[in-house]
Amino acid sequence: MSVLLIAEHNNKEVKPFTLNAITAASQIDQDLHVLVIGHLCESVAKSISEVPNVKKIILVDDAIYENYLAENFTPAVIKNSDNYSHIVCSANTFGKNLMPRIAALLDTSQVSDIIQVISTDTFLRPIYAGNAFATVKSTDTKKCITIRPTSFDPAATSGGSAEIVKVEKGETSDLTKFIKREEVKSDRPELGTARVVISGGRGMGSGDNFKLITAIADKLNAAIGASRAAVDAGYITNDHQVGQTGKVVVPDLYIAVGISGAIQHLAGMKESKIIVAINKDGEAPIFSVADYGLEADLFEALPQFLEELNKLNTIQK
Amino acid sequence: MKILVAVKRVIDYNVQIRVKEDNTGVVTDNVKMSTNPPDDNAIEEAVKIKESGKAKEVVAVTIGEDKAQETVRKALAVGADRGIHVKVEGIIEPLAVSKILLKIVEKEKPDLVFMGKQAIDDDCNQTGQMLAALLNWPQATFASKIEVKEKSLEVTREVDEGLETIETNIPSIVTCDLRLNEPRYASLPNIMKAKKKPLEQINASDLGVDTKPRIEQIKVEEPPKRKAGIKVASVEELVQKLKNEAKVI
Repeated sequence: MSVLLIAEHNNKEVKPFTLNAITAASQIDQDLHVLVIGHLCESVAKSISEVPNVKKIILVDDAIYENYLAENFTPAVIKNSDNYSHIVCSANTFGKNLMPRIAALLDTSQVSDIIQVISTDTFLRPIYAGNAFATVKSTDTKKCITIRPTSFDPAATSGGSAEIVKVEKGETSDLTKFIKREEVKSDRPELGTARVVISGGRGMGSGDNFKLITAIADKLNAAIGASRAAVDAGYITNDHQVGQTGKVVVPDLYIAVGISGAIQHLAGMKESKIIVAINKDGEAPIFSVADYGLEADLFEALPQFLEELNKLNTIQK
Repeated sequence: MKILVAVKRVIDYNVQIRVKEDNTGVVTDNVKMSTNPPDDNAIEEAVKIKESGKAKEVVAVTIGEDKAQETVRKALAVGADRGIHVKVEGIIEPLAVSKILLKIVEKEKPDLVFMGKQAIDDDCNQTGQMLAALLNWPQATFASKIEVKEKSLEVTREVDEGLETIETNIPSIVTCDLRLNEPRYASLPNIMKAKKKPLEQINASDLGVDTKPRIEQIKVEEPPKRKAGIKVASVEELVQKLKNEAKVI
């Protein structure tokens, strides 16, 4: 039995969540191999080879993989999947897009978004936006699994020296053409891995008012999140959305501002260590998950919050 | 052009989920059911494309017990032309759903297949991609904008990093994000009219698809509860608590 993990990267660097997925994958079986598919991505293979849990890297490098199209990745994965009992990937938009295409061709019923490895065939996963946890056992001989990265610690990144084996590319598909990617560049910590997240909801009233949140995020070195309502209203871009259909975050501190706390939002943040809610509606459901609730008008509370932070001698970064 | 839209009946998104006492699943008796929210976006988009003159027919399909027909009737009430109900009892996994949809696609020969990106009950996010694989069609997942061109679609996808635009050949599968459009409400006259639109019923067993689950559901439990928090009286108190009690800033 061996596990094949599909690495997520940008052809230069491995994406941090791949390290969390490595931890989960090595809990399934110690014989963990990583498949790196990309274009001019040898540096990615090299850095993953230094992860102590990884036993071998399979590198498929070709121009057709530059933009991670599932139609091209799938044949490359299938071609290299023969000797593995489990094929795994992190459950973010990369893995969610790719894994079911692989699973269907392997005639495997995929287990999505696991949060705990119970045994080699049994896993815990949230359903109904995390309002229930299901223990499920896969009966397929070859298992396809996606991993919720925030439920596992990242693997160590040095000390290992796995061999890198280059293999031929898979079949080329012309079904889909990549056109462009609009990435929002930011100097802030990434939403998925930040120690502190401060999020705004519909209560912010406008995109411009998010500057109140930005000021505090600067002070706390926090990532900025948002509820779906705030994204739908056009206050902020979609990559900030926290929730059932957005990102799942588990920071040490989550500050929800002007967010009522719909079930779908709670699904993305309720595992955070400390939750703060600032809302003028004392009955808002967000208070039911908050460790510290402040019933106040956010337009008064946020400037005061910044003022109080400025008074502190030290702030953790 | 013909568009097939797959819709699923799920517990309404506003319902507070309760786990059954015997841990076999969640309570569904006497619970409000609705169409899976992003499936509403899928129907809306198909109807808009038809209204723009680029499609001739919109067919809504659902898979499930008899009551699943409600979701097809709702689709018909907002503009789908006819419906298909594939009858099957019990839990049916995305792999089996995609195999059933494959049979329907072979029969209906649509140019496009739309569905929501994820069902809010099992949160699997698999069916569209699986169907695309079985058909060897392109997949445009998590779509927030669709432009229909002569022989292709230009689709903007919501990804973790922001937005991505791809062009897929037609025929194509599209899985829809909630931000794709604003689904319309069904008017009373249209609900009445929808009752007269054709709705074909097919038994899954007649399609020759093995729908037996491959995943055993061992138990379903309540997630661990957070312990109750406190309300603070002022911003000053909040910052002091975060600094000295929670020690997170």
